[in-house]
Amino acid sequence: MNRQDMIGTAGGDCPEGLIETLKKLTTLDGVSGDEKPVRDYIIEIIKGRVDSWHVDNMGNLIAFKKGTGAGRKVMLAAHMDEVGLLVTGINDNGLLKFKAVGGIETRVLVGKRVRIGRDRVPGIIGYKPIHLQDASERKSSVKKSALAIDIGAKDREQAEEWVSVGDTVAFDYDPVEFGDRKIMAKALDDRSGCAILTELLKNRYPFDLYGCFTVQEEIGLKGAKAAAYAVAPDLAIVLEGTTCYDLTGTDEHMMSTRLGGGPAVTVMDRSVISDRGLFRFIADTAENGGIPWQIKRTVSGGTDAGRIQVSGSGVKVCTIAVPCRYIHTPVSVMDKSDFFNTLRLAQEVLAGLPEWLEKCGREAGSAPDND
Amino acid sequence: MFDTISGLVSTFGPSGCENKVAEVITGMIRKHVDEVRTDAMGNLIAVKHGRGKKIMLAAHMDEIGLIVTTIDEKGFLRFGTVGGVSPVIALGQRVVFENGTTGVVWYEESMENMKDARPDKMYIDVGAKSREEAMKSVNIGDMAVFAGSPVKQGEIVISKALDDRIGCAVLVELARKCPETDNEIYYVFTTQEEVGLRGARTAAYSIRPDMALAVDVTRTGDTPKGRYLSVELGGGPAVKIKDNSVIAHPAIRERLINCARENGIPYQLEVLDRGGTDAGSIHITAGGIPSGCVSIPSRFIHSPAEMINLRDAENAVKLLEAFVKI
Repeated sequence: MNRQDMIGTAGGDCPEGLIETLKKLTTLDGVSGDEKPVRDYIIEIIKGRVDSWHVDNMGNLIAFKKGTGAGRKVMLAAHMDEVGLLVTGINDNGLLKFKAVGGIETRVLVGKRVRIGRDRVPGIIGYKPIHLQDASERKSSVKKSALAIDIGAKDREQAEEWVSVGDTVAFDYDPVEFGDRKIMAKALDDRSGCAILTELLKNRYPFDLYGCFTVQEEIGLKGAKAAAYAVAPDLAIVLEGTTCYDLTGTDEHMMSTRLGGGPAVTVMDRSVISDRGLFRFIADTAENGGIPWQIKRTVSGGTDAGRIQVSGSGVKVCTIAVPCRYIHTPVSVMDKSDFFNTLRLAQEVLAGLPEWLEKCGREAGSAPDND
Repeated sequence: MFDTISGLVSTFGPSGCENKVAEVITGMIRKHVDEVRTDAMGNLIAVKHGRGKKIMLAAHMDEIGLIVTTIDEKGFLRFGTVGGVSPVIALGQRVVFENGTTGVVWYEESMENMKDARPDKMYIDVGAKSREEAMKSVNIGDMAVFAGSPVKQGEIVISKALDDRIGCAVLVELARKCPETDNEIYYVFTTQEEVGLRGARTAAYSIRPDMALAVDVTRTGDTPKGRYLSVELGGGPAVKIKDNSVIAHPAIRERLINCARENGIPYQLEVLDRGGTDAGSIHITAGGIPSGCVSIPSRFIHSPAEMINLRDAENAVKLLEAFVKI
């Protein structure tokens, strides 16, 4: 297959239906540890595109696509799970107590619609109305202990018919396209990466490709650890949705990425220092292909790359991410051009990888004696 | 030994950018070992073949540093930290990039209390007039390390990056002595220790040694009103009992102590209430690896002026030589 075929979308717009796939993915619920609805949908999409796939003991979906050339193993990873809540108790009055799953700030929870469990039972996280709050309550931040999920049940018994302790709770916000090529939706971190990965699996490459849709990233990069151990790749690229805070009032150096600035490539975050050579190759690929891109500026957050890198005998890793404003809240915002350019960059990188890997092999070794 | 130390501490090598250090070490030891290789994480693995036990000795090549996150329109660089850099210690220091570009670390002068010193209130000034000028020599994602040449003053060495180039120097000197043994010795120079003991994990996995020792620096308790620690500068290499990352395997610990006693090598016992070393990730890798640690006592760790005593380093070489022969 030649390079141009592999980049079937070069110069055009998002591939047919990919935005719809992304939107559909964000309507599914997959709070960490409970990713099945997302996984089932992804299996439907990819089963005709790959040579084989399986679900491992942790719930990771691992798809395999045999390469046309000799034996390098490349892993692409995107996590299926999203941040959410977990029902931890049911009060006598039918209200549900909960705990956060992944990094959620209490302040974003007040007044939000949620749905609970596989039956998607509707609920709302209520709070005392402003009329009844005293002056100190109005000034202080909300305490999580003061919050509960109201599912409209009259008492515990009725609530227990609909939900149970241990059910996961997802935000109930459907995707909306708005503004200048923007999409607002829940769970763009990391359904954007999942959607891109499903698209990348359409093509066949010279190397063996493992498309890994991982679980439990948001609670500590857990699924990727097991997936990477099983795959034992030579190289891995993680496709993510990453933090973006580019709005008025922020000093430039505190903006991790800018919306519309193109895919964000990670040099370093709290979980990983990307392989320098792979980082430069990705950056050069973007420059040469005229694809806008940006370096993720702040050294914050972590991704599956952190676990994959230190798996087995070690793996060269780098992360390419779609900037998303307001991640880890019920509605994050993404620019469709960033999404599309992340796909394009990943496609170009995969197209150039065989040559780059070969070059790496040649350059290994050779230093002067210095005794 | 000072020449070895000097060559190592003067080489640029923050976490993730250790390749130059690996080149220098390769040049130093290649003639004395049977095999030298690097892995996907950049670990340098030098092997002296043997038919006995597989013994892994690990010292990390990386040093702490700063990473450029933003370059503003006036040419000032904002940064994040690579490993445990104290903002207060970094203030007013010179830092140097891989290409030699030198900058000064300073703070937003609206900051009134030094307790507020955080990287996001600080910047690096490379003297550029504009973003364009700065970007001729540095880019976002580039790393810088503390500047400065090593100093030898009697038995004392003062330098940046003694954590852990002194450990690397000890392993280099040991390799040069070619200890007579049938054991297979892996001299492993690891990467990314300062950001989470990362390189040692994959090196240990691929080697699967029978036992492992990390060789790293440890804090001392002998400075004015210092922390209550029993280790002293010049008191001999320290045999680690525990730190926050590992409890040394009792058999390894005892073996080190016996080696020191039998050979008349001064040693101290180390119980560290914070910090970790590569032993922390090695000992829980690949089914478990009995691990311990030989530490070089050091003052002012993670500063541009770390201080060690050469005798401690030389005695560490002797202790390791005795250890690998058993």
